[in-house]
Amino acid sequence: MIPEKIIQETTPVSKTDTAVIEIKELYKSFGKNEVLKGVNLTVKKGENLVILGKSGSGKSITIKCIVGLLAIDKGEINVFGTDITKLDNAGLNEIRVRIGFLFQNAALYDSMSVRDNLGFTLKRHAKDLSSEEVENQIKEILESVGLSEAIDKMPSELSGGMRKRIGLARTLILKPEIILYDEPTTGLDTITSREISELVLEIQKKYKTSSVIITHDMACAKHTSDRLMILKDGIIHAEGTYEELEKSDDEWVRSFFI
Amino acid sequence: MNNIVAAKKESVINYMKDIFNDVGNVTIFALRFFKEVVKPPYEMKEFIKQCYVIGYKSLPLVTITGFIMGLVLTLQSRPTLAKFGAESWLPSMVALSLIREIAPVITALICAGKVSSGIGAELGSMKVTEQIDAMEVSAINPYKYLVVTRILATTLMIPLLVIYADGIGILGGYVGINIHSDVNFHRYLAQVLESITFLDIFPATIKTFFFGFFIGMIGCYKGFNAANGTESVGKAANSAVVTASLTIFIIDMLAVQLTDLFF
Repeated sequence: MIPEKIIQETTPVSKTDTAVIEIKELYKSFGKNEVLKGVNLTVKKGENLVILGKSGSGKSITIKCIVGLLAIDKGEINVFGTDITKLDNAGLNEIRVRIGFLFQNAALYDSMSVRDNLGFTLKRHAKDLSSEEVENQIKEILESVGLSEAIDKMPSELSGGMRKRIGLARTLILKPEIILYDEPTTGLDTITSREISELVLEIQKKYKTSSVIITHDMACAKHTSDRLMILKDGIIHAEGTYEELEKSDDEWVRSFFI
Repeated sequence: MNNIVAAKKESVINYMKDIFNDVGNVTIFALRFFKEVVKPPYEMKEFIKQCYVIGYKSLPLVTITGFIMGLVLTLQSRPTLAKFGAESWLPSMVALSLIREIAPVITALICAGKVSSGIGAELGSMKVTEQIDAMEVSAINPYKYLVVTRILATTLMIPLLVIYADGIGILGGYVGINIHSDVNFHRYLAQVLESITFLDIFPATIKTFFFGFFIGMIGCYKGFNAANGTESVGKAANSAVVTASLTIFIIDMLAVQLTDLFF
């Protein structure tokens, strides 16, 4: 048995045992295709949880259910202690402003410049801010993702990595407590992927966020994860740290790490 | 043989189910507009932008088609009226035809092609690239920002475009008349204005609000409900044009019947 004192010393300061997301027996199907068949997972405050799994295993669907983008068939999704499946739209929106979501292709608004992409969300949620304050916050967030010079660019003028960073900036502008990343490094070269992974860690430290990261990129998983979960056949098949799962007895689990 | 009959029967049933489903979904989508349009916050900036895109940017197309409508109508009607010695009725006939029927329907059809397909493709593309989802997860109501503004803009702009097309069409009629004879513009205009009554303009203008509403609503519905994949963007645009055009004819038919009944 490990003495309690040692556990406290080895646990990073920012992480606590308080669950910010708790999913119980989540079921979701599309027609006859049952994708999630009883997913159970918990995300603790301040931790980065990486979800792995084969394509089509329901990883993205899981995080889309967390923000209420998809209605679930059965189960419970508690976010900050509230079951979001029982909330009306107004209640759901109150939770949504506390959650950031980085889409696979960043989902920047094509018709708006970077400034407007960031300001669009901020102006609608912080109505008491003056134009100057909005501008200052946009600049500050852009600086934190290292893209101050892109403020007047249109999304079509940005590279894949830049789009991801701007997407992240747009997510951060509301200062979320949880960030859900849907394949943050997909389609990027190795160096840019590494930079995005580092940014994910920086954000966790700077903004004290809890995150769920969906990825196929094992380098990103290793770099960013505090804990990993592997989805198989609609349920969580394995769970542990990167090192634990890498040495798993289950050959299928180990195959992810080769 | 029985299997073939059963399979045919099932496919017909499924087809009918799809149609009823679609009608139900469109109705719910349209009714939501009336609920959302009165609720603050009001997206005035986006609404004005859409009025500019839908109204002002359609002016060149409406100008050309409106002018050609008036010109061609005059040239085609002239020989028939001449046979009866009724050439002097040409300005009145052109003006009445344009105001009551041709300008509203043709302008609405052109806008169905330009505006409805544009909205369908734009929203379809936003849906496929998850931009609509991005608004939703940012706790911004995408229906209010994207749909309400566009439907309001088409409902207000299409009638204005039709009135503009009426004017341009009458001008085209003047040019058409002057190809074969020499008519003074003031005399032509006086004859046009003499023949038009409030009851010619009022029902024709009322129906254009419905044209505008459905052009916007169908474009938004098709785009908002586009499936995944880039192919669905094209499908949404195409389907928006076809459905909006068909709806314009149905509304026109109903409007003519109602006008006959009440005016």
